[in-house]
Amino acid sequence: MKDTATGPTTAVSNPPVQPMKAYFDTSDIVRISATKDVPQPTRQLEKLAKLIDVSKCIGCKACQSACIEWNDTKPEIEENVGVYENPHDLTPNMFTLMRFSEWENPETDDLEWLIRKDGCMHCEDPGCLKACPAPGAIVQYSNGIVDFIHDNCIGCGYCVTGCPFNIPRISQVDHKSYKCTLCSDRVAVGQGPACAKACPTQAIVFGTKEDMKAHAETRIEDLKSRGYDNAGLYDPAGVGGTHVMYVLHHADKPGIYNNLPENPRISPLVEGWKGVTKTAGLAVVGLAALGATLHGLFSRGNRPDEHDDDAAETLVVERRDPENGGHV
Amino acid sequence: MAPRPYYSERGDHIDSKAPVTVSRYRGFTRINHWITAATLILLAISGLALFHPSLYFLTGLFGGGQITRWLHPIMGVVLFFSFLLMFVQLWRLNMPKPEDVTWTTRIGDVVKGNEDKLPELGKYNAGQKFVFWAMTGLILLLIVTGVMIWQQFFAHYVPVPLRRIAVLLHALAAVAILLVFILHVYAAVWTRGTLRAMTRGTVTGGWAWRHHRKWLREIASRDTKGPAE
Ligand code: HEM
Ligand code: SF4
Ligand code: SF4
Ligand code: SF4
Repeated sequence: MKDTATGPTTAVSNPPVQPMKAYFDTSDIVRISATKDVPQPTRQLEKLAKLIDVSKCIGCKACQSACIEWNDTKPEIEENVGVYENPHDLTPNMFTLMRFSEWENPETDDLEWLIRKDGCMHCEDPGCLKACPAPGAIVQYSNGIVDFIHDNCIGCGYCVTGCPFNIPRISQVDHKSYKCTLCSDRVAVGQGPACAKACPTQAIVFGTKEDMKAHAETRIEDLKSRGYDNAGLYDPAGVGGTHVMYVLHHADKPGIYNNLPENPRISPLVEGWKGVTKTAGLAVVGLAALGATLHGLFSRGNRPDEHDDDAAETLVVERRDPENGGHV
Repeated sequence: MAPRPYYSERGDHIDSKAPVTVSRYRGFTRINHWITAATLILLAISGLALFHPSLYFLTGLFGGGQITRWLHPIMGVVLFFSFLLMFVQLWRLNMPKPEDVTWTTRIGDVVKGNEDKLPELGKYNAGQKFVFWAMTGLILLLIVTGVMIWQQFFAHYVPVPLRRIAVLLHALAAVAILLVFILHVYAAVWTRGTLRAMTRGTVTGGWAWRHHRKWLREIASRDTKGPAE
């Protein structure tokens, strides 16, 4: 008998040597794309979170390497165009990307090198899942992980349209959508995400969301004591909070970290598209089709009578105007 | 060459005299029309499959979600070009004429079938013209927005905020074109004797006299005055 793993509370522990049974599975799914009335699980898993402390990151990209290694992806070798981002953007083979920006702090006149680890935020209210038309292509577990189930994905790109953070990328090879899984396959057996495990400065830490918030508090306090008065936690309420959070030294200006959105939320256009457009649209078309069919079946229709036939004959054969008898 | 007819196409002619039948569409136009119709229906089915989860099962008709996603925009391009051909052939007689206003204000008599209270019309009535121009506008909107949300080939050229607008407009335009389509089919069936114009290519003299009298008169006068056959 294999032992069941316990939910991970840190990424630093080493893996057990014996095989473990996953501690959560499909019975813990709370939301499924394009599926109404998902039967709710009987238990609520502890909410998890990854915390990325931007102030501690040295931009070494060990997390990117670890992510590639664990997920066995093969990002293409690109050309160096003189910037640090490598690859140039998130791709179907690169689920996380260090984005570098140089920011001149107007108050101190200092040049600050801001490095943000971009990737899926694992939104509590995921726009990707809301937009997806394929049943079961995107699921959310009660611990907060948003996962793409590639067997069900049709490659339409609606998740890109729905995501407030511009994260999913569609493969041109298998036409399926890819993004960070929060290492759900590691977490299920009690391990923290590969990127967190690899981080040499522990800028990336992992655990329960409560623990991560508490840890963030100590970090923010420390930053404030060093003069970063606006240090704070990025856990945006507009998407119900996220299961990947940032500690930012300038939390009042998320935009300076390579356009991290200030108040991310699912776009009202997406809400309207997936909401009233669908229900009202379907109802209107359905009613029109039904009404037209029924009326078409039961009405007599408008058919020409003998007078019309006679008139046409008078006009065409006798070449007289049927209305005044004159010649045409 | 004879001057361009005002209410009819040059090729419209008296097809037979006993009984009187009038040729309304030549073979090419009819085939083109049915290609357009077939692609529109397939587009509607494949689009609706992605439009609402309760209709996702329709992807099965095309061999699954991936194939449906791939096929839909390709059929959209076919529809666009086949409609473009129709547009070139039909636009002139679909331009508004003064009698369209009278016809539209007497829409009650149209519905009741009181044809004697309506003005004499050319090849198309105002309802047919509405369908023509609505289809034109909506197909333009659908091809433009459809290309903008075409993940496989055009995703890189369209920023995400623009894609959100495009996908919303595409869905709304799809609903609108389905309503126009239902109106079009309903009217063609309700006005008995119309369907054969697009199947056999001809209509009866009585049909033409009743619904498109100016069209018939023009063709009939051409039939007598034209060069000997
Ligand atoms: C004219 C050219 C057209 C193009 C290029 C086009 C393209 C697209 C594309 C790219 C999508 C996204 C799904 C996919 O990738 O397959 C889509 C969705 C859709 N299309 Fe089209 N389409 C066209 C015409 C039409 C027409 C004529 C209809 C309706 C009769 C239609 C109805 C829909 C619907 C209902 C959706 C789903 C929208 C949603 O999920 O809300 N499309 N179309
Ligand atoms: S960040 Fe984007 S892809 Fe990730 S869960 Fe949120 S909406 Fe989905
Ligand atoms: S690309 Fe896949 S995951 Fe994204 S919305 Fe389409 S079916 Fe869903
Ligand atoms: S959590 Fe896993 S999948 Fe996500 S960025 Fe880190 S290593 Fe990659």
